[in-house]
Amino acid sequence: MQTEQWLYIGVFLVLAPLLPAAAILIPRLIAPRKPNKIKQDTYECGMETVGETWIQFRVQYYIFALVFLIFDVELVFLYPWAVAFDVLPMFAVLEGVLFVAILIAGLVYAWRKGALEWR
Amino acid sequence: MSDPVTIIANWLEGLLLGWGLSPLLATIILNAIGILVMAALLLVLDIFLVWVERKVVARFQDRLGPNRLGPYGLIQPIADVIKLLIKEDITPRGADRLVYNLAPILTLATVLLLWAVIPIMPNVVGTDLNVGILYLVAVGAIATLAIIMAGWSSNNKYALLGAFRTVAQMISYEVPMVIALLIPVLLARSMGVSDIVYSQEVWYILVAPAAALIFLISSIAEIGRAPFDLVEAESEIVAGFHIEYTGMKFGLFYAGELLHALTIGALFAALFLGGWSGPGVQAVPVLGVFYLLIKAFFIYWVIMWIKYSLPRIRIDHMLNFNWKFLTPLALVLLLATAIADKALEGSTTVVYILVMLGLNIVLVLGALALARGYASKERQRVGEPKPVARPPQPTVIEQS
Repeated sequence: MQTEQWLYIGVFLVLAPLLPAAAILIPRLIAPRKPNKIKQDTYECGMETVGETWIQFRVQYYIFALVFLIFDVELVFLYPWAVAFDVLPMFAVLEGVLFVAILIAGLVYAWRKGALEWR
Repeated sequence: MSDPVTIIANWLEGLLLGWGLSPLLATIILNAIGILVMAALLLVLDIFLVWVERKVVARFQDRLGPNRLGPYGLIQPIADVIKLLIKEDITPRGADRLVYNLAPILTLATVLLLWAVIPIMPNVVGTDLNVGILYLVAVGAIATLAIIMAGWSSNNKYALLGAFRTVAQMISYEVPMVIALLIPVLLARSMGVSDIVYSQEVWYILVAPAAALIFLISSIAEIGRAPFDLVEAESEIVAGFHIEYTGMKFGLFYAGELLHALTIGALFAALFLGGWSGPGVQAVPVLGVFYLLIKAFFIYWVIMWIKYSLPRIRIDHMLNFNWKFLTPLALVLLLATAIADKALEGSTTVVYILVMLGLNIVLVLGALALARGYASKERQRVGEPKPVARPPQPTVIEQS
């Protein structure tokens, strides 16, 4: 039963990109192709593009990605706790509450440290 | 209880096994047929979503919308698709070709993949994974990745800015979404989407309205629609991540966004509005499809309503809203729901619903009061006159 379910996901994973890929490949056959230098220029509102595109970017974006990573990974641990909620005694529920409280403490820490400010 | 889909599937399986195929191969072929039929139906629906979207936005803006081709302009989207197919496909110089071509494919493919676990009618679901919610979160994240890929690979500064904003925005809004998804899992005691639908004797929107609202808001941010459309803000970064895409590749981004919005509607329906359930669905399972679609289109309409009513939010406001309002609220809501659910064990359904509903309303009102206090303080701070550099006043010499 389990294997069959994941087999379905596997088949879906193979087939799902095929339909949009077909939608991209059909224009290859029927659409005109006349590339020239000006047409393939980077479109920046008519201005000629200056300098390199792939530059070093601000660390601010990276910090948000890091905060997200911490929260997302920790929240995933709460899913088994939620699924097993029926058999949990009140004590285990309060332990989950403690775990979330630690998460909130982490959020408050990041907040106070100014990691959540957009500058 | 039998429905046409199960009957056809059983008949086909018998046919394939009768040809002497191994059971494994027969299952794979059967799965492939089912997936292709569902994906094709979804894509046809997607074409008409373009019409729905244009017609609804026209009504919101006091216009008529497409009305020339066919009755009510219904053939217009098909004409659009033909036009997109015969458009020249331009790849900008210096683009990372593989990633550039993969991004639009991934955008639409992930939306199709989401439908693998959404129950369509009783007993008919792509596959009833026991970790369905985790699968939804994981696959939904690939759509964000596709946008980053598109922005990064286009070799265009506007596109790159769009990709940066994706990192800050879409990724951030996944945190309250994951917390909001925990609450139906907690109420249903299962991560399977089918189980969640079956366990909703009372729709979860009554038991956890705040979680439903948080899920809706963060999903709108996830698909990057207004008021959270910083990723493709037309007035700031032209078109953001898809500025360099032409023809059908652009079409795939557009179609992916529309279908994603409808998919969010279907997910919302499955998690909070009882999915396919409705009057008479046990006797006639096919009715389930209509109930699901009606609910999904209702949520889709709400998403459009929000999109065409609200202006775009500034990025620092948006991040503050997420990290300092939605995330703490969702965490506190999760704690309150867990404790109340455990404390109310054994009480009657009516008491349970009333207490849960009251708890949600109190928490949301409290959070709103806090936000209002902060907003008035902030308004005062912004409203104060700022120090301005002035040229020294020339001293006036009195002439007597």
